[in-house]
Amino acid sequence: MIEWSAITLTLQLAGVSTLVLLVLGTPLAWWLARADGKLKTTIETLTALPLVLPPTVLGFYLLIFLSPNTPLGEFWFTLTGEHLTFSFSALVIASVVYSLPFMVQPLQGAFESLGRAPLEAAASLGASPLDTFIHVVLPLSKRGYLTAVVLTFAHTIGEFGVVLMVGGNIPERTRVISIAIYEHVETLNYAQAHTLAAGLLLFSFIVLLLVYGGNKRAPIRLG
Amino acid sequence: MLNLNIRAQFQNFQLTIDQQIPGKGISAIFGPSGSGKSTLLRCIAGFQACQGLIQLGSDTWLDSTGKINVPPHQRPVGYVFQDARLFSHLSVAGNLAFARDRAHAGGLLNYPDVIDSLALAPLLNRDVLALSGGEQQRVALARTLLTQPRLLMLDEPLSALDYARKAELLALIKSVCHRFEMPALFVSHAIDEVAQLASYALVIDNGRIQTAANTERVLQDPLLHKLTGRFESGYILHCQVTGYDSHFQLSQLECEGQTLQIPVTYPLKNKSNIPLFVRARDVSVATELPEHISTRNVLTGTLSRIEPLPQTPFAELTIQLGEQQLGARITRAAVAALSLTVGAKVHTLIKSASFDADG
Repeated sequence: MIEWSAITLTLQLAGVSTLVLLVLGTPLAWWLARADGKLKTTIETLTALPLVLPPTVLGFYLLIFLSPNTPLGEFWFTLTGEHLTFSFSALVIASVVYSLPFMVQPLQGAFESLGRAPLEAAASLGASPLDTFIHVVLPLSKRGYLTAVVLTFAHTIGEFGVVLMVGGNIPERTRVISIAIYEHVETLNYAQAHTLAAGLLLFSFIVLLLVYGGNKRAPIRLG
Repeated sequence: MLNLNIRAQFQNFQLTIDQQIPGKGISAIFGPSGSGKSTLLRCIAGFQACQGLIQLGSDTWLDSTGKINVPPHQRPVGYVFQDARLFSHLSVAGNLAFARDRAHAGGLLNYPDVIDSLALAPLLNRDVLALSGGEQQRVALARTLLTQPRLLMLDEPLSALDYARKAELLALIKSVCHRFEMPALFVSHAIDEVAQLASYALVIDNGRIQTAANTERVLQDPLLHKLTGRFESGYILHCQVTGYDSHFQLSQLECEGQTLQIPVTYPLKNKSNIPLFVRARDVSVATELPEHISTRNVLTGTLSRIEPLPQTPFAELTIQLGEQQLGARITRAAVAALSLTVGAKVHTLIKSASFDADG
């Protein structure tokens, strides 16, 4: 029997996190690509932290940060009447933090490789900065966006430690594929674990194949 | 009238310009590499931060004391870059539409005229990456014109082109500016381009304007000697095209009642008036009409001035040809050997290969 609820939840989580990261990551990457100085280095370092930190460390801090007795947790409780921890929203927040570098770094690379030439050309043709971003920068950064979206989506699907720390294992709420696999193995239910594990393996392979195959001109840059 | 009084500083370079530039015709900004030519254009366009005052006519684009600094996209100035900078995600037509959709208000240029003047109709559906260098610059020029600029700025637009394309585009720039009555600033480090194109010239070196006047006067200025490293100064001869010899590929010109033949890549338009820039170093003189010599162009005139150049073996001669003048640079020894004196009748020999006329 395939655990469809875990699969749908995982896809939902990856989809929402990717969308949130597109919105947050674009201005951050743009700023990093154009900024200079100490502040840039600091922010760049912070952005890259999730690449090296054990997911449990990240998850631990997030768990504390999102718990009901913090300002954010309290605010969330008065707003929704629910606890933030061990909810789908907590998973989204955790995934956004955890997958941040996978969105920001390819975008930053794409923006940096554009240089100032097309921006100046657009300005000289009467395009405002926002107009230039939408009609020149975005289309010219298509490949960077494709890489960023695919990597972020795939990475979110594969996360485990952070999700376990802030979400636990609540079916149809926080029980994503990786956690379901973990539990199946713990309970020696190898057949179920195989189905899900093989599915994830195949999915990840195909995604990376597409990214690397379509990215000969703009190699993926991480770290 | 473009009124500039600006200071810009970056790294170890300082640009200080206090200059008024005519509001019509083509003005050249000439100077060696690194002299600040492009920086000046970038200041005017708003790409380079600077202090001071920039005004075009009654519009103020920069006034540091009044805290005015119009952002680049709101300055009605067209910028043609050295490297064209077409948008690779758009076709030729897409690039042109990008500019047309964002045109500055009050422009009178219309799309079909611009396409027609730069012969772009066959290129419209092409991918910009498939264009040659010359085609790219034609598209870039059209794209810039379609923004309806009040001032066109061209930053060495010919430097990436081969000789024939250069000549072709130079002629096009000139005709387009004339046809649309578009004032232009043309940056160049090639003196022959300046001579052919510009009615007014500014010489810039080390971030400062060294001299600014009408092109003919600037070209005669021995100051150019120092800047170009070789003796590049000379005179412009105004000539009329009278014919073309297709077998030898020579255009025939008439200048002060005398005939010249110049090698050309394309036949020059018959009856058109062209300025011919003749460097003094390409001119030699003879007191008798020479025979059996490969030089085809001999103009006869009167020696009006002999000026030895101090601390050099050379002297600069000025020869009057009817209403016009020609410069020749020969050695002081030759002046003595030929017993040249002011008022003497001399024959000037001009090497055909020294002409760069193409429009």
